[in-house]
Amino acid sequence: MQNVDAINVGNIKEEPRVNYLTNGFTLKSWLLTKDHKRIAILYLVTVSAFFALGGAYASLIRLELLTPASDLLQSQTYNKVFTHHGIIMVFFFLIPSIPAILGNFLIPIMIGAKDLAFPRINLLSWYFYMAGGALTLYALLRGGVDTGWTFYTPYSTTFSNGYVMAVGLGIFINGFSSILTGLNFIVTVHTMRAPGMTWFRLPLFVWSHYATSLVMILGTPVIAITILLMALERLARIGIFDPAIGGDPILFQHLFWFYSHPAVYIMILPGFGVISELISNFSRKKIFGYEFIAFSSIAIAVFGFLVWGHHMFVSGQSIYAGLVFSFLTMVVAIPSAIKVFNWAATLYKGQISYDTPMLYALFFIGLFLIGGLTGLFLGAMGLVVHLTDTYFVVAHFHYVMVGGQVLAYLGGLHYWWSKITGKMYSEFWSKIAAIIVFVGFNLTFFPQFILGYLGMPRRYASYPDEFQVLNIFSTAGASILAIGLILPLIYLTYSIFFGAKAPANPWMLPGLEWRTASPPPTENFEETPIVTWEAYEFGEESGLDLEDARNRNKVLV
Amino acid sequence: MQENSWVSIFPEQASTFAWEVDVLYFYLIAITVFFTVGIIAVIFFFFVKYREKEKFATGEEIHGSIALETVWSIIPFVISMTIFLGGAIIYFNQYRPPADTTEIYVVGKQWMWKMQHGTGQREINELHVPVGRKIKLTMTTEDVLHDFYVPAFRTKMDVVPGRYTTLWFEATKPGKYHLFCAEYCGLNHSGMGGYVYVMEQRDFDNWLAGSVSGQTPVQAGQDLFQNKLGCASCHAAGQNQRGAPVEGIYGEEIKLANGQTVIADDEYIRNSILNPQSQIVEGYQPIMPTFKGQVTEEQLVSLVAYIKSLSGAGGSSQTGSGSSSGGAATGGAGTSGGSDANSSGLIPRRADRGDTNSMGSNPNAPKPMSEPSNRQP
Repeated sequence: MQNVDAINVGNIKEEPRVNYLTNGFTLKSWLLTKDHKRIAILYLVTVSAFFALGGAYASLIRLELLTPASDLLQSQTYNKVFTHHGIIMVFFFLIPSIPAILGNFLIPIMIGAKDLAFPRINLLSWYFYMAGGALTLYALLRGGVDTGWTFYTPYSTTFSNGYVMAVGLGIFINGFSSILTGLNFIVTVHTMRAPGMTWFRLPLFVWSHYATSLVMILGTPVIAITILLMALERLARIGIFDPAIGGDPILFQHLFWFYSHPAVYIMILPGFGVISELISNFSRKKIFGYEFIAFSSIAIAVFGFLVWGHHMFVSGQSIYAGLVFSFLTMVVAIPSAIKVFNWAATLYKGQISYDTPMLYALFFIGLFLIGGLTGLFLGAMGLVVHLTDTYFVVAHFHYVMVGGQVLAYLGGLHYWWSKITGKMYSEFWSKIAAIIVFVGFNLTFFPQFILGYLGMPRRYASYPDEFQVLNIFSTAGASILAIGLILPLIYLTYSIFFGAKAPANPWMLPGLEWRTASPPPTENFEETPIVTWEAYEFGEESGLDLEDARNRNKVLV
Repeated sequence: MQENSWVSIFPEQASTFAWEVDVLYFYLIAITVFFTVGIIAVIFFFFVKYREKEKFATGEEIHGSIALETVWSIIPFVISMTIFLGGAIIYFNQYRPPADTTEIYVVGKQWMWKMQHGTGQREINELHVPVGRKIKLTMTTEDVLHDFYVPAFRTKMDVVPGRYTTLWFEATKPGKYHLFCAEYCGLNHSGMGGYVYVMEQRDFDNWLAGSVSGQTPVQAGQDLFQNKLGCASCHAAGQNQRGAPVEGIYGEEIKLANGQTVIADDEYIRNSILNPQSQIVEGYQPIMPTFKGQVTEEQLVSLVAYIKSLSGAGGSSQTGSGSSSGGAATGGAGTSGGSDANSSGLIPRRADRGDTNSMGSNPNAPKPMSEPSNRQP
């Protein structure tokens, strides 16, 4: 154990002279940085801004739906508001959040590398994100679009008067950010692992990002092609999707969902990775069924490409095609089920602590169970004919995207906050916020399942009176949810300036990210670590001086 | 109905397959509750039982279990297959219309629904149908995607520009039900809806009698075919026939010049009018000009109905609509064969509630008749 030295016992006494945050204070040192950690911070700031904007649009939606009539917002405005909400949340928050912020920051550290394989490309991908985001924002502010985030043709290509092409171009450019990030992760995981860091010693966070990256580089080009075809039709009137000029509107749906269904897995797979980390580390034991969780991520990534037709059960596609897509949709549910069972089994005979990130993990499992199981409702063809395009679908994907992805993101952000900033947040306020988010979320979206089964279609600015009571619940829940999401902004920001200093390894965990300083030095490790332990190793082999930590803790108590 | 309770949880069941959808729904709710509650309970139990004894203690080392993994892969798979099969069976019920349907044509348009009964009645944003009869909607749109959705019937179908889609149902309970457009279609999407009125047969007959019926689709189509568009100048049988025959083709196999064969369905007829060059019938010259831009979707629907009517035996879906009210079909507005003069005057529109069970079944309920408009050109 001698050669593993101080960085590996989890008790770094001396601070690095310069950490990545103190290594340069100029604007230039940030905007031209090649440090994956600084790029992650750039993403953190910009993605959070988009999240706030998307949330503001969501508030407008809920306020409008408080009453049956289209009164607060006219239909014209409402249609733009829900379109903007969808575009911003999907393309500029959900897709980049966990990979570009947490993945960017942690993957090199977790595998014992100094940086990603292509640091300049990493910076470039942030600029693509910014360029796409700026163009989209410009278009939204100039008047926006009212096509829905799905851009269904021929409405988007022939009938809509909005800034469809500007927004499309924004999403097109932003797509390169995804592709480059995915490429970077794949090459990094293949080539930059520290000595001893075999594939099956990788944290599951890395495995899930590897699977996500596959989807990013294989799927994103398809949406780029689709947007190009849309542009050809809209600008040059070449008939591709509009039947009036010889096109086929269903073709657009095939192309769109061929990307956008796998994109759902771009959003949720990294969340699975975070939850695997949280469950295992806060139970202080090896994760149950490591290989099954790792390969289920890959299985989801692969099968995710074969189920796009389940968005089109009522589009007029062949009923036999529907059979195949329904079957595959059921199959893709199995790897997700395997993950949940393994997480639950991991807790068995653990040493569970109830820190805030673990609280988020618990809420995640509860909400993802509902989100995932209601996905089966939408894969069962006879049921989806009634349910599709209603609030049931809205509720389902918010359970997966907000209840799943956002909660995983928040859990991960809290978990690694001390590593990222070197400061501890308030345990009290963070627990309060997590509970408020959970309660507010359920109150917002659970009534929407009922609304959906009653038949309330989505994207309605006005609705029949009998749906009002449930909509009031939903809007009330949204205001609680908003409070729960604003709180972390306050106490996390507060902690940067006034929080207690974080030790390198506050929970005495075995992951490599906990064996370097908080915040880490620019090079991540003083010297390249040599990995001699399995993933989530809490025993002797981890090399952590747990005895010492326990004794220190006793003294403190 | 919904007004009965403070807040309703389930919509009304008003079609033959509504209960099937609800049964599948309850089955899935049971599965969801079982797994959610079960797993959460297990997690809570572990949370309490295995809460840390001491800071930084080490949990027991357990790697996993192939047996357990197998069990919890196979059980969800089996359950999901039951869901898949149940869903598929209901889907086939929903999306494969039976043979003996009454056909109604629907054209969606930003932002209204236009309905055309076989008997000539036209409606906007309202659809009156009798209880207990199989109704098939043949739908298209003049502009963007729409979706015809009646929650009480538990069915919907996208309405797609450039092609026909169909939706069928058999209403089981008189009443007034929401009709929604469920596919986002622009500015006034949420206003594009109305009601489906399901009526007892007798009330429906009264409604038919009391509402103005113009030309039936078959008559309108015949007018277009013979006069307005002049199709007959080439397609009518005789020495001057240059175009492929249209009599008796519906539902038959057509041999094309390129050696392929197609079934002459609604889609084929529509396409042959708009893109005549795309499917040339064997033995004929590609000389027909396109009628794209000259006929509206509603006129196309009428032409299709007319050509169908020329194939007496083949027009399975035509029998219901063409014969549902022989009087109307032959052109006499207000002299519908199934009407009772008294009640039609007293109750011209029994629209809202069909609480007329006491009247029993109508002795004048439609019987299949010969095609009233099946004239030889």
